[in-house]
Amino acid sequence: MTVQTWTYLLVGITFALYIGIAIWSRAGSTKDFYVAGGGVSPLANAMATAADWMSAASFISMAGIIAFAGYDGSVYLMGWTGGYVLLALLLAPYLRKFGKFTVPDFIGDRYYSNTARLVAVFCAFLVSFTYVAGQMRGVGLVFSRFLEVDINTGVVIGMIIVLFYAVLGGMKGITYTQVAQYCVLIFAFMVPAIFISIQMTGNPIPQLGMGSTLNDGSGTFLLDRLNSLSTDLGFAEYTSGSKSTIDVFAITLALMVGTAGLPHVIVRFFTVKRVKDARKSAGLALLLIAILYTTAPAVAVFARTNMINTVSDQEYSDMPEWFTKWERTKLISFTDKNGDGKIQYVADNAKNELVVDQDIMVLANPEIAKLPSWVIALVAAGGLAAALSTAAGLLLVISASVSHDLIKKIFVPNISEKGELWAARGAATVAVVIAGYFGINPPGFVAAVVALAFGLAAASFFPAIVLGIFYKKMNKEGAIAGMVVGILLMLFYMLKFKFGIFDGGKEAVTALKKDWWLGISPEGFGTVAMIVNFVVSIVVMKFTPPPPKEVQEIVEDIRIPSGAGEASGH
Amino acid sequence: MNDKQQKASAYWKENIRYLGILLAIWFAVSYGAGILFKDTLNQFKIGGFELGFWFAQQGAIYVFVILIFVYVRLMNRLDKKYGYDE
Repeated sequence: MTVQTWTYLLVGITFALYIGIAIWSRAGSTKDFYVAGGGVSPLANAMATAADWMSAASFISMAGIIAFAGYDGSVYLMGWTGGYVLLALLLAPYLRKFGKFTVPDFIGDRYYSNTARLVAVFCAFLVSFTYVAGQMRGVGLVFSRFLEVDINTGVVIGMIIVLFYAVLGGMKGITYTQVAQYCVLIFAFMVPAIFISIQMTGNPIPQLGMGSTLNDGSGTFLLDRLNSLSTDLGFAEYTSGSKSTIDVFAITLALMVGTAGLPHVIVRFFTVKRVKDARKSAGLALLLIAILYTTAPAVAVFARTNMINTVSDQEYSDMPEWFTKWERTKLISFTDKNGDGKIQYVADNAKNELVVDQDIMVLANPEIAKLPSWVIALVAAGGLAAALSTAAGLLLVISASVSHDLIKKIFVPNISEKGELWAARGAATVAVVIAGYFGINPPGFVAAVVALAFGLAAASFFPAIVLGIFYKKMNKEGAIAGMVVGILLMLFYMLKFKFGIFDGGKEAVTALKKDWWLGISPEGFGTVAMIVNFVVSIVVMKFTPPPPKEVQEIVEDIRIPSGAGEASGH
Repeated sequence: MNDKQQKASAYWKENIRYLGILLAIWFAVSYGAGILFKDTLNQFKIGGFELGFWFAQQGAIYVFVILIFVYVRLMNRLDKKYGYDE
């Protein structure tokens, strides 16, 4: 069977499975819709959390980014897993004990203020929409390359599937679909990695294969070979990278606190029964995530080495089929600058003839390594599972923010349960359509906005939640001032250094690099904005009245794990 | 302060102490070994890995997983000690 037949088959089967699960587990109440009825087992919750957490970015893009960035790519590996430790230790157990549906709910109640709630809703929107557009893009990418449909048709198909199970099933439907999606995506990621690891190093465990010697009888370590290949072509040594230490530090920290503040992952811990389960579930989820995250750097090394070996200084006319297929999607492009018919792939821009989009590395990897058709198709199905699971989780956050935080808590407090459920479904539908629109017409600044989303989450949510739990005396004036100053500072820095708005637009950005504060890039600036948020919150708090006694009692109560009860909206 | 409050604040203090220790390790393996002292550690090799690079792309993640499970055990024990177990 051809790759395309296999892909249709595997994608068809997995989609049918997701829809089947959604019908079986559809939501009957708002509680089902928001927190899956609050009775999900720790293991199922962990699998769902892992699928939720690992987006198209983790599955499709991350290993590709690392393949091109080498050591510098470590910021994503440490950032996205280390943030999870913060989440598990500092947030999850307490938010579970608090027992409401959403993150703005916590901010609004803890800081006894609808202004704080509104600020939180705004942040949740911004973070979630940015993310969801990225997922839709991932869906489109997989469809266009493997099923050879138009990228827009791909996005629309993805929209319909997500719409179907998110709107019908709510959190309950999403949770059980995500369990299935985790299985699909981890299998799809591991199988080719294991195949290639055996092929290149003889070691079936990719994490070890990455540090083993090559299979070609030379006795050279794979990483040493890659280092010399890279430097021969003028690139930085793979294991050293080229970013400054302070920037690597700042970006890692911004990604850590940013991901710990992601609302769609936090909300997952409201779906288990007890605080104890929330803790355990967090541990299991990181274990499940770590399987992919420790394999990704190995995949990066394999892919990078294979790619250089396949293309560098080879005849263009001898290129394998995958090369021409990716050329058609314009994600690989070759210009024969010196007219010798060979591909010169070098660091020097004036001589380099090959441009490879980093997003294709994971998808192209099995083909580059000449693996069987079914493995290639499996990767396509895995990429879709990763994108759809995260998209669904984010849509739920958006719809809950609209129906619960805005409509029920602020505008129509006496709405009936049924009304709220329909409002949630309506909001989810609108959100899917908007996300789909951005997937089809991606604004040129998607990548920039994704970085902004992390920075914003770091600069706004994280300090407010942490102080809310660990600092009883923190009041609403302090928290609101901190969030507002943090967001504005972050926005200012991004607009100035990422978009060049104050200095004549995009063209000015490169020249502005030397003006970076402390040499920190916009991607890492969330760290600075977060620190400023903490400082402003504490200073303002010192000069304003302390929170009311009831609120201080709430804080004392969430610190004690027993008597969590079920999550409720009232 | 009544008994109940005293118990709660003792529990909280122990909890904070655990968090401090665990987060110190969290910082040491990622920011320490993986970033700040990477170049020094890279002089050592395990298998084909330079040590600093290994911490940044593998080691830190393994330690993170272990940290959360240690935290779960410590907290479960603490809950029992203070009768907050359920």
